[in-house]
Amino acid sequence: MTRQQVLDLYFMDARCKLIELAAFLDRVDRATGEADFRLAAFRAALGGLASDETGRAAGVLRSFSDPTDQPIEKATVKGAVGAWPG
Amino acid sequence: MRYIEPHGHMVSRTTDDYLDMVTAGCAAVCEPAFWAGFDRSSADGFHDYFCQLTEHEPRRAARYGLPHYCWLCINPKESEDVKLAEDVIALIPQFLDRPTVLGIGEIGLNKNSRNEVKVLEQHVDLAARHDQLILVHTPHLEDKLKGTRLILDVIKSDSRIRPGRVLIDHVEEHTVKSVLDRGHWAGMTLYPISKCTPARAIDILDVYGGERLWMNSACDWGESVPLAVPRTAFEMRRRGWSAEAVDRVVFQNPVRFLSQCPKFKLPE
Repeated sequence: MTRQQVLDLYFMDARCKLIELAAFLDRVDRATGEADFRLAAFRAALGGLASDETGRAAGVLRSFSDPTDQPIEKATVKGAVGAWPG
Repeated sequence: MRYIEPHGHMVSRTTDDYLDMVTAGCAAVCEPAFWAGFDRSSADGFHDYFCQLTEHEPRRAARYGLPHYCWLCINPKESEDVKLAEDVIALIPQFLDRPTVLGIGEIGLNKNSRNEVKVLEQHVDLAARHDQLILVHTPHLEDKLKGTRLILDVIKSDSRIRPGRVLIDHVEEHTVKSVLDRGHWAGMTLYPISKCTPARAIDILDVYGGERLWMNSACDWGESVPLAVPRTAFEMRRRGWSAEAVDRVVFQNPVRFLSQCPKFKLPE
């Protein structure tokens, strides 16, 4: 695909998602109480979007990931929350 | 258009979904054993589930002219209880000769615990002893990267396992390369929120080629779209993929991998 074709097909969708991100951060700002580790992880991942290098999607996914390499002692929950609590 | 749904939890879906899938060109559906959304209390529950997967569900699909195959295991979400897992694994051999059983799956990890790894090793051993194909579930979200690495190491450590007979499912941008580099097949799951969107799945195909990749809806009792594969095929066409190239990914690739099990046959 040409860059023009990519823009024709995906620009409006990406624009929509970008505004959703901005609105989400505004919503968090307006809310009360303390945020948990997910907000810090989210802000850290946002930094990767500004990179000039390709592979941004993989970078964002890695930034949310558990970076350790040993199995945990015991699974006490079944679900995942989207960011590693540390 | 024709396609294979290589990963759908049809016991959780309605017959309307079967009708929609067949109407959209689905030529076969494959159903890995899965977590029911709640923990089963004994191996007897799994015996009934394996009967459902190998007897009842193929009959339900056949009413829509759709071949239905399955994979058997205890899902990693229930692997923390090693005794239960061992009891379930002991049940599986009696089902392996059934005509629609393709192999062992979807095994893998969920929270990357020691017990989950132990049960994964037992499943891999079972597959090796019975010369079965393997379908692997990789963990969700923040657990996927680490879990994929652990899974690849477990499989590599069993020299009886041929990499080309293993499909590692739910890959994303940060895990696909390591899976393909080990010689395995990789599956991309098309989910509305987690895992891959259609656009990202096609990006991965653009970057890594479509040699050992397939796409699935993994439709189940949660947020999922049974027609995700044909919808993604439509998006591939919008992005300039030829009909033949789309067919290779959504039909020929699953057939190539699954045909390693001689029981996988499509109607003439």
